[in-house]
Amino acid sequence: MPNIQELKDLTTQVRRDILRMVHKVNSGHPGGSLGCAEFFVALYQDIMDRKDHFEMDGIGEDLFFLSNGHISPVYYSVLARSGYFSVDELNTFRLIDSRLQGHPTTHEGLEGIRIASGSLGQGMSVAIGAAEAKKLNGDSHLIYSLHGDGELQEGQNWEAIMYASAKKIDNLISTIDLNGKQIDGATDDVLPMGSIRQKFEAFGWIVIDIEEGNDIEAILSGMVDAKSKSGNGKPVCVLLKTEMGNGVDFMMHTHAWHGKAPNDEQLEIALTQNAETLGDY
Amino acid sequence: MKTYENTGNKDTRSGFGAGLTELGQTNENVVALCADLIGSLKMDAFKANHPERFYQVGIAEANMIGIAAGLTIGGKIPFTGTFANFSTGRVYDQIRQSVAYSGKNVKICASHAGITLGEDGATHQILEDIGLMKMLPGMTVINTCDFNQTKAATLAIAEHNGPVYLRFGRPKVANFTSENQNFEIGKAVKLTEGNDVTLVATGHLVWEALEAAKALHEEGISAEVVNIHTIKPLDDKAILESVSKTGCVVTAEEHNYLGGLGESVSRVLVKNNPSPQEFVATNDTFGESGTPAQLMDKYGLNSKAIVEAAKKAIKRK
Repeated sequence: MPNIQELKDLTTQVRRDILRMVHKVNSGHPGGSLGCAEFFVALYQDIMDRKDHFEMDGIGEDLFFLSNGHISPVYYSVLARSGYFSVDELNTFRLIDSRLQGHPTTHEGLEGIRIASGSLGQGMSVAIGAAEAKKLNGDSHLIYSLHGDGELQEGQNWEAIMYASAKKIDNLISTIDLNGKQIDGATDDVLPMGSIRQKFEAFGWIVIDIEEGNDIEAILSGMVDAKSKSGNGKPVCVLLKTEMGNGVDFMMHTHAWHGKAPNDEQLEIALTQNAETLGDY
Repeated sequence: MKTYENTGNKDTRSGFGAGLTELGQTNENVVALCADLIGSLKMDAFKANHPERFYQVGIAEANMIGIAAGLTIGGKIPFTGTFANFSTGRVYDQIRQSVAYSGKNVKICASHAGITLGEDGATHQILEDIGLMKMLPGMTVINTCDFNQTKAATLAIAEHNGPVYLRFGRPKVANFTSENQNFEIGKAVKLTEGNDVTLVATGHLVWEALEAAKALHEEGISAEVVNIHTIKPLDDKAILESVSKTGCVVTAEEHNYLGGLGESVSRVLVKNNPSPQEFVATNDTFGESGTPAQLMDKYGLNSKAIVEAAKKAIKRK
């Protein structure tokens, strides 16, 4: 298992991948991707017990579902750098005939992806289904999912949140990316949701906070805690407090980079803030 | 002409229930989900026999479709059950992204389709679902005509790898197809031979087409009745073969003429053998409360309407 420095180096490289991917096609979602870079690296390199090759059914391994599919750049980068497909393929992001569609999909057979996502609010239901299948199969592995905080405005989430506790889906760890921002601005301005912790608790979930959601060590210990709380008759929610655009100073503390790519000059500045570690694709 | 015997009125939804019950015994990968309509969907027996493979999701259809998609990841074959309206229009985007685009092996089983749902009225009488479902890439769309065929279709779709929309209904209708029929997805069934007009029907209108053929026969008109249980993929060949012989066609369905079986048949004919066609279908309208028979009559969805349409089509040859 990689040590902390190796995980940090990988995270920096993932940030470079994200920036270069969206810059090349002048489209995509760098803000949320950068904010979740540490989480994805921690999940795929340490937390998840997963096979080194891809099988759709995922029997005998932990599975991950990305519900807020627009942060596909970080997903693709971490999948490629975890060995699911060639890192060179990141070069094809959002191009015609690519397997790396704007939003993740199974349609082109990209290894690592088990469901299409992008239209928001559907991922938790799918994750619950996969968790139910694991229970039926007597497979004790876990299901992980990630959702945006703004995404919780979609009603289907609350159907799923209600179901998961009612039906004791305790092999599910759903993480909410609490970056407090969405396309139109601060989540509190667009549609204030009050306390997400209290809402999940009221629905019968175990809730864990990771206050430093851009700190690898904090994520690792938080997720170990989450894992230890699984299997107790309740689903587990992780509230991951992140900074959108993390690692690039001018992309932080604003929602402006939710769905906007950097220009040539901005890319150069962003890359100097994230020196190459493992080699660019 | 060949005639068919009604062995006793039965509802198509009970055919689904019987098929699902049998699948429970024969295929351990089959799981079932329901959104608070177990009795209406006739899923009671499956639930009683296999509680561990049955998921009551409550009144939450979007979540049900998502859970079904997730269950396929792990090798399960989920059958979802609710009314046709809540199986399609209410959850279109969930089906589109999590099932169809994701290529998941989910069987969306929909009862109370069409106007024969009756007294509950237009809020529940979906007449647009065939169109919605046939437009989804990769979706197989099946609308069965009686109890026996619905049971056979339920068994057949478990063996088919890919998303399926199986549409059936609420009322007790004639049961006339054979009890242990082999159901072949995408294969039309020719019920009667005829030379003057082809009657292409689906769902509850198949029996009405047979009744129409009988009435036409008495007037010296020979009608060929083709039972199209699979609207997508459509059996183009069977339709073209029949129409090349008869020279005109009536399509009959319990659905809006926009987006239904009739339009699919038109596409085939226009490309290959343009021929006069008449549509027995609802005319871009919502339904209303009433008994199934009253509604079928008022909206022109019975044997009488098919007879009139057949005469019109023949005149246009």
